[in-house]
Amino acid sequence: MHKTQKSFTSKFGRNILSAAVGAVVAFGTGFAAVGSAWEPTKSVEFVVPAGTGGGADQMARFIQGVVTKHNLMKQSLIVVNKSGGAGAEGFLDVKGAAKDPHKIIITLSNLFTTPLATGIPFNWKDLTPVQMLALDQFVLWVNADTPYKTAKEYTTAVKAAGPNKFKMGGTGSKQEDQIITVAIEKLTGDKFIYIPYKGGGEVAVQLVGKHVDSTVNNPIEAVEQWRAGKLRALCVFDDKVMPYKAKVTATLSWSDIPPCKTQGMDVDYQMLRGIFMPGGVTKEQVAFYIELFKKIQATPDWKEFMEKGAFDSTTLTGDEFVKWLTKEEQRHQSLMSEAGFLAKK
Amino acid sequence: MEEINSLMHGFAVALTPMNLGLMMVGIILGVLIGVLPGLGGANGVAILLPLTFAMGNTPAGQVSAIILLSCIYWGALFGGAITSILFNIPGEPWSVATTFDGYPMAQQGKAGEALTAAFTSSFVGAFIAVLMITFLAPLVAKFALRFGPPEFFAVYLLTFCSFVGMTKSPPMKTVAAMMLGFALAAVGLDTVTGQLRLTFGFTELLKGFDFLIAVIGLFGIGEILLTIEEGLDFKGMTGKMKMKVVLETWKELPKYWKTSLRSSVIGCWMGITPGGATPASFMGYGVAKKFSPTGANFGKGEIEGVIAPETAAHAAGTSALLPMLTLGIPGSPTAAVLLGGLLVWGLQPGPMLFEEKKDFVWGLIASMYLGNIAGLIVVLTTVPFFAAILRIPFSIIAPVILVICAIGAFTVHSSMFDVWLMVVFGVIGYVFKKLDYPLAPLVLALVLGDRAEDAFRQSMLASQGTVTIFFSNPLVGSITTLALLMLFWAPLSSVIKRVRR
Repeated sequence: MHKTQKSFTSKFGRNILSAAVGAVVAFGTGFAAVGSAWEPTKSVEFVVPAGTGGGADQMARFIQGVVTKHNLMKQSLIVVNKSGGAGAEGFLDVKGAAKDPHKIIITLSNLFTTPLATGIPFNWKDLTPVQMLALDQFVLWVNADTPYKTAKEYTTAVKAAGPNKFKMGGTGSKQEDQIITVAIEKLTGDKFIYIPYKGGGEVAVQLVGKHVDSTVNNPIEAVEQWRAGKLRALCVFDDKVMPYKAKVTATLSWSDIPPCKTQGMDVDYQMLRGIFMPGGVTKEQVAFYIELFKKIQATPDWKEFMEKGAFDSTTLTGDEFVKWLTKEEQRHQSLMSEAGFLAKK
Repeated sequence: MEEINSLMHGFAVALTPMNLGLMMVGIILGVLIGVLPGLGGANGVAILLPLTFAMGNTPAGQVSAIILLSCIYWGALFGGAITSILFNIPGEPWSVATTFDGYPMAQQGKAGEALTAAFTSSFVGAFIAVLMITFLAPLVAKFALRFGPPEFFAVYLLTFCSFVGMTKSPPMKTVAAMMLGFALAAVGLDTVTGQLRLTFGFTELLKGFDFLIAVIGLFGIGEILLTIEEGLDFKGMTGKMKMKVVLETWKELPKYWKTSLRSSVIGCWMGITPGGATPASFMGYGVAKKFSPTGANFGKGEIEGVIAPETAAHAAGTSALLPMLTLGIPGSPTAAVLLGGLLVWGLQPGPMLFEEKKDFVWGLIASMYLGNIAGLIVVLTTVPFFAAILRIPFSIIAPVILVICAIGAFTVHSSMFDVWLMVVFGVIGYVFKKLDYPLAPLVLALVLGDRAEDAFRQSMLASQGTVTIFFSNPLVGSITTLALLMLFWAPLSSVIKRVRR
């Protein structure tokens, strides 16, 4: 008991020391040269518009961990889940906190899909875009016990069985997983039974238990089952192969998964992992967070996290990010209207 | 006996003075968190999670970190029973069933006995679940995989059915309360269609009704309103303040070994599938009432009515960690937050964890044994202290409870709206009690209603609308049959009796 306390205090002492060193270094390198650079004056709320344990939540808690571990911020970062209404609760909360620089939000595709599908009064333009952190990939998975070795073999089997025979499991309804499923159906003429579940991890386990026939899980949601030899990856919904060449399973790496395009399934979809602030914040305040995330992305922990989840580590800020968002919003609008997912006005 | 070797190795990893110290700190924090209604294990672990980030750099540090967090979890599980028994305010949804007999016992001046029984049976349930994790982990993980939507629905159906007829109220009143719970559970986003339901354009209703707010309001505020009406006279002021009460109660407990065993089995099963601790506690109570010779006295202060739900809840809470470790799906909200912790420390839960991180997994399992023993010692020494709280005059304790309830309701979502909602639920709770409607079915339906609905509609999608999917394999068929038997047990048994005559 006594020993515990002692080691805590010594750790605390070291933290102060390294923070002090960090501050001196920052001063020297001109970080403070801007003069009146803005800095948080109280703890920052990090809103996750999704439940605990999902992809966005994992990333937010991971970021919180990296910030604490490397002392990247003087104030603390507090992760808050506001998952109600497919994330609407979180978005409306940040929208309502205009001009509050002590609040940031991590987004997933529900940034576009939730307002379109439910008609809640929210648009991404109500927020201030800070940075695209990464893009999350989607992979077509089947159970390893099935005979399908390629995406083509699988779609042929789906077609041969007739409509409403094969079950596709996915996260949520009228969100990214179902959008991809509909896009596949449009291309191949197949018809799946789409079964919505609450979370990606649950979906992967349902596939291992053979309660569904295929999923479009993100890599990080299914990687452990893949490594255990329970699942087989058929193709990735991107126009190029993933860059990670290290072996993940005994014989395969992420880069061994072919793009779906080469399998006669031209579906290209990635999900945004981006950071936003409430509307009406100042440039200096945005700059602080861009700088913060630059530091986070420079840590070895972040690189390891990107590789484990096979993320597309493209980063965008400023106008480029806004341009990307505008384009992506239009794309979701058309994908969802084709699928009949738009809210009735 | 490879498991025993691994376990001994685990003890070697876990048994350092530093880890034992963390265990004590974790348990005490956990008990405090469990006592405050609303704060709950999940929030408590989430708040303290950042503390462990610096620890998780080394394999030994990872073990220490998970020991600290899991001990907070054990502590919160223990602590949930305290307010249920003393004030009829369940700190956690799985403690609701503990109030049925725990609170009447406290009113009869037997708070010490009830607390001792609750803590001891919590320990027994957890211990049996850890034994199962130690020796059956791979088998159990395989069993969990067999659960798809129809199996889940069958389990929820079984919970609801074993509950009907459990309370003293007329069956129609139970059904009415349950239906209100289902209606409240339907508010918010519908998973299957992705549409908002019953929100009437209010953004506050987007997230639906949280059962914690409902539990705090219905039980806590409702109870206080009732007591005020009855003239500020708090019953059960004769709580004895002696350690002897623990030993005396222990002499009684072995008599109920059958109930403990049944509840442990129910709890382990619900924790793995993962139905969770709440259905486990209700089911444990319902089954004990049906099988006990003194079943008719349940609800009037039977010690067996405290043992059954507490054993089941703890067995479930403990075994809920198994699907998290082996499959990466958390069996409870707290397990979900722990899952986040594992990821931050660079551990990926899933089927490979048992193979690749033996030190960590067996260190954690060893700490479950040690943590529960430490927890039992800590909470038992507090029994006289907590039982003595009842001696404080009501005029002092009531405002304190009100403030704690309000803080609890606020912490769930950091929202003032929830505090007002709690007050509304308090009035509903008061009206329910006045009209003699049971509250527990409402809470049960609110907790499990949307999950049961999702499972049912997922099954219907998979079968394209054929109800026979609930009898499509031996597993789901037998659970469904069991559920229907439970529902019609009373009329069936009377028919059988008549036929025999």
